Amino acid sequence: MVRVLPVELRGAVVRRRGRAILGPVDLTLAGEGLTCVLGPNGAGKTTLLRVMHGIERLSGGTVGYGLPEREALRRQGFVFQAPIVLRRTVAENLAYPLRLAGAGRADAARACADWGGRIGLGAVLDQPAQRLSGGEKQMLALGRALISGPDLLFLDEPCASLDGRATAAIEGLLRAARESRTRIIMATHDLAQARRLADEVIFLRNGQVERHCAAEAFFAAPQSAAEEAFLKGDILQ
Amino acid sequence: MNDITEGLRAAFWLLVSFDAELWEISLRSLKVSLSAVVIACAIAVPLGTWLAVQRFAFRRTVIAVMNALMGLPPVVVGLMVYILLSRSGPFGVLGLLFTPTAMVIAQVVIITPLIASITHQAMRELWAEYHDLLISLNTSKWQRVRTLMWDGRRALLTAALAGFGRAIGEVGAIMVVGGNIDHATRVLTTAIALETGKGDFALALGLGFVLIGLAVCVSLVTHALSQTERRGRW
Repeated sequence: MVRVLPVELRGAVVRRRGRAILGPVDLTLAGEGLTCVLGPNGAGKTTLLRVMHGIERLSGGTVGYGLPEREALRRQGFVFQAPIVLRRTVAENLAYPLRLAGAGRADAARACADWGGRIGLGAVLDQPAQRLSGGEKQMLALGRALISGPDLLFLDEPCASLDGRATAAIEGLLRAARESRTRIIMATHDLAQARRLADEVIFLRNGQVERHCAAEAFFAAPQSAAEEAFLKGDILQ
Repeated sequence: MNDITEGLRAAFWLLVSFDAELWEISLRSLKVSLSAVVIACAIAVPLGTWLAVQRFAFRRTVIAVMNALMGLPPVVVGLMVYILLSRSGPFGVLGLLFTPTAMVIAQVVIITPLIASITHQAMRELWAEYHDLLISLNTSKWQRVRTLMWDGRRALLTAALAGFGRAIGEVGAIMVVGGNIDHATRVLTTAIALETGKGDFALALGLGFVLIGLAVCVSLVTHALSQTERRGRW
């Protein structure tokens, strides 16, 4: 079954204190794969993800999913840059979205045992989640987002401040999720990671989408001085 | 110093001799205050949590009023409840004046804003921590309130114990609506006031020590039952 959940932004604008920090953005994301949102600090990457996920109030324009909003949001997951863990055990954190969706205790426990192993936290399922390390918390947040099998997953710099091992573990989970046809949209600063993972790229600058194209094309042929400078690692103003 | 020693001695003898009257008023104190805490928590905990997650017009005003009501003068509360429950009052027909029920009502009025305010403060901090996650998980208002109440249960326990402390130590309102009637509405605090008035400071102090012991015991038992200090738990 193809589970494409399109995201369509039309004239989406976010203003704070009178200043536009995003948009207007017109963007359609359909199909499968992993999209990396790239751009310098303050470009609006996080805001764009939050707008697409429906948790950022728009000052203008619309966001649509080709489905009633409530149904579409139910089929999405979001992993924040700073992982948010509930003041519960690892297992209870993993089970939380399932329990919200009405899953029984036994089913939730089975899924937790399965996902606990997949995210490398099988041995600490009954430990308080807040005692985990930063990398483990991020794995838990990712597992919690994936456990209910979302069609669309947003990640906001999930590997920021993680070491190579934790980054590799997260990338492994993302590849597995992509293979099981979860559409992934991820903001990242890490160009090497984007090269490893991305099927397509959205390049943002000053709140505007400067380019939306296949990853290969983006990395092979930058079309503006800003893109070229960004890919070289120069500081963009 | 002599009075304190005498008080301790009186408290000791009252306890070891299983003084029937002491047990009666201690149990009545516990019954009235615990009933008030249960009822107040049923109102204040959901209210304080809801105020943390819900945005509406005049929300800040409601919170400010709720915080201000923490300082309600007990005697004034007692007077208002007295007027409402007196024969000529709107609820006079219920015949509740000078009964433990009237004392519970007065205590509920006094401690509900206190518990709601502490709850709101704790839940506001937890909501700030959980906000993005719970919004992104598309939770309903009720699911948010339930999650915050469960994960913030230690803070809620503190709020309940603060309410209990205020209730069990309260004297002004329950004196007015209860009347300090022997074998009917006399509780530890009103008994202490009575004995002090009679000049029996030793007995009054003894009752005071029993009251403190009772409050500490309830707190310890509550913590033990809820396992709040169990290793590795919250």
